[in-house]
Amino acid sequence: MLEQLLLTVLMTSVPLIFAATGELVAERSGVLNLGVEGMMLMGAVGAFATAFGTGNLWLAIIVGGLAGALTGGVFALFALGFATNQVATGLALTIFGTGLSGLVGAPLVGHAIDGLPQITIPVLSNLPFVGALLFSLDPMAYLAVALLAGVAWFLKRTRGGLVLRAVGDNHDSAHALGYSVLRVRLLAVLFGGMMAGLGGAYLPLMLTPHWAEGMTAGRGWIALALVVFASWLPWRVLVGALIFGGITIMQLAGQARGWTVPSQFLSMLPYLATIAVLVVISRNREFSLANFPSCLGRVFHAGK
Amino acid sequence: MKHLLKAAAAGLVGVVAMAGAAIADPVKIGFVYLTNPGDHGWTYAHEVGRLDVEKHFGSKVETTYVENVPEGPDSTRVIRELARQGNKMIFTTSFGYMDPTLKVAKEFPDVKFVHLTGYKRSGNMSTGNIRFYEGRYVQGVVAGMMTKSNKVGYLASFPIPEVIQGINAFALGMRSVNPDATVSVIWVNSWYDPVKESDAAKVHIAEGADILAQHTDSPAMLQTAEKAGVYGFGQSSDMKAFAPKAQLFSSVNNWSPYYIAQIEAMLDGSWTTGEGPDHWPGNTWLGLSDDYLVLTPFENMPANVAAAAKAAADKVSGGYNIFSGPFKDNAGNVILSDGESYHDGNLWNDMNYYVEGVIGKIPG
Repeated sequence: MLEQLLLTVLMTSVPLIFAATGELVAERSGVLNLGVEGMMLMGAVGAFATAFGTGNLWLAIIVGGLAGALTGGVFALFALGFATNQVATGLALTIFGTGLSGLVGAPLVGHAIDGLPQITIPVLSNLPFVGALLFSLDPMAYLAVALLAGVAWFLKRTRGGLVLRAVGDNHDSAHALGYSVLRVRLLAVLFGGMMAGLGGAYLPLMLTPHWAEGMTAGRGWIALALVVFASWLPWRVLVGALIFGGITIMQLAGQARGWTVPSQFLSMLPYLATIAVLVVISRNREFSLANFPSCLGRVFHAGK
Repeated sequence: MKHLLKAAAAGLVGVVAMAGAAIADPVKIGFVYLTNPGDHGWTYAHEVGRLDVEKHFGSKVETTYVENVPEGPDSTRVIRELARQGNKMIFTTSFGYMDPTLKVAKEFPDVKFVHLTGYKRSGNMSTGNIRFYEGRYVQGVVAGMMTKSNKVGYLASFPIPEVIQGINAFALGMRSVNPDATVSVIWVNSWYDPVKESDAAKVHIAEGADILAQHTDSPAMLQTAEKAGVYGFGQSSDMKAFAPKAQLFSSVNNWSPYYIAQIEAMLDGSWTTGEGPDHWPGNTWLGLSDDYLVLTPFENMPANVAAAAKAAADKVSGGYNIFSGPFKDNAGNVILSDGESYHDGNLWNDMNYYVEGVIGKIPG
């Protein structure tokens, strides 16, 4: 019983891990993209259309990521190419993605697919408790954690990661040193879009194997909050996503068991917890702002 | 005198012109939708009704709809805009549009407003509803016979009278065949959030439920049931395509006859807001007996369960009052004793408890 509940927590966290990790990379490069929700929806509709049309779930995952990256590309075109205000452009991207995914997805409504299969890792999955929990998940759950680990390694251990962080922290200096600020940011935004697309794809491929307009229901915004929650450090994204998922599932389980706390209050809990943690960590500036990209949201003009 | 004649003639021409216009121009009808027709639940059912209206009246009417309209003050703007655009009858299709509809109805006395599924009315605003709880009683009977763990999971949206009626009717049906079964309720606090609905369904299953019921709008719960190998009931429309092995049956909301009757009455001038039957303050509240609520075929269940379901449905369409004594609330207080029964007004005003067999307390 507990095992099943924890598994539900893991699965409900996967889209958040994808989307928040992607946004984290974009933000570390100095770009605030508020269009996560729109990119997730485009990824979701792209993945479902592919799965429904071809029956190939692996292709569907790839198309989901590509659709997200393409939508991120639209953001990059305006925010980087034409140096528009990032906040306004991001909000517009959410509205654009919501609308376009609804339009593209209209003929797909009412159809169902078979979701992703489980991948059971031999031997390890026979372990009591953790076996079922950690070693017989679906492929995208493993992919989420692998990509998260990759991002953590990239940002901390590689030269490319260093350049990306430099661009986010001080784009003028990075430019003076000869790095192409816009190219780095473009790649970061595209990666963020791909990750949001993968997060979106997880919904129709795994959680609820159908397409429905606006099915992300605000998860893109939670991913954005998680990046701040994680104080721009990859592994804390995982912690944040699991806490958020954990409280969500706990409040549902509490209701099923007949706890007499008002359910409206319980529904608020995940958000309250997020705010509470934000307040606590922001009291410690060193902790919360040590990795804050100083150029976040600022427009870069070369040659100024 | 000459002027007067001229004026009369002009007036006559005007009337003729208007009559001509009435024949030529279709009457405009507006619909306000909570989500989009693609939800495959509540709004989808309304969309089916709207399309049937177009089919039935042909070029006599012209319909428009606005989708994804949030409940509450925001909807006032949308309803007012539809009235301004010359719609002669406006259907507002969710509980939360009640006060906004009332407000706009006062501003446009010549427009007819039909609100689903609330309880406030005015001179040009009527209320329509379907007795959804009748289908839920039949679901309860099936759930009570099918459950092996004696645990049934229920997903609820918001604690409004309609949803409470549904939970209690479900529990009464379930307990009529299986006094040991219990139903636990998870309030999702949303009509439509597929992932959360799926999460809540998984939690119910993890807690041991083997039958699931829902008063939320997406097919996510049934898909989760299908995957986990348990059973459930669809909402508002047939959801068999999403869960061919898990769906026991769906209660389908059939708004078409209601919409057509309302529009017909408006066109021939006989439309009124009417006094409701019984004590319920509204003019239409029909269910299984009038095909406003239609049950899809009973599937994925043994023949004796299907027979019991059919018997229960027949009993209800034959006029059986589901809320007849004796029954208690889930704290053990006697609500109705043998021989007593609720009238419609009670269902809207007095049902602020769960009946025996439901776990927990109504939130708020």
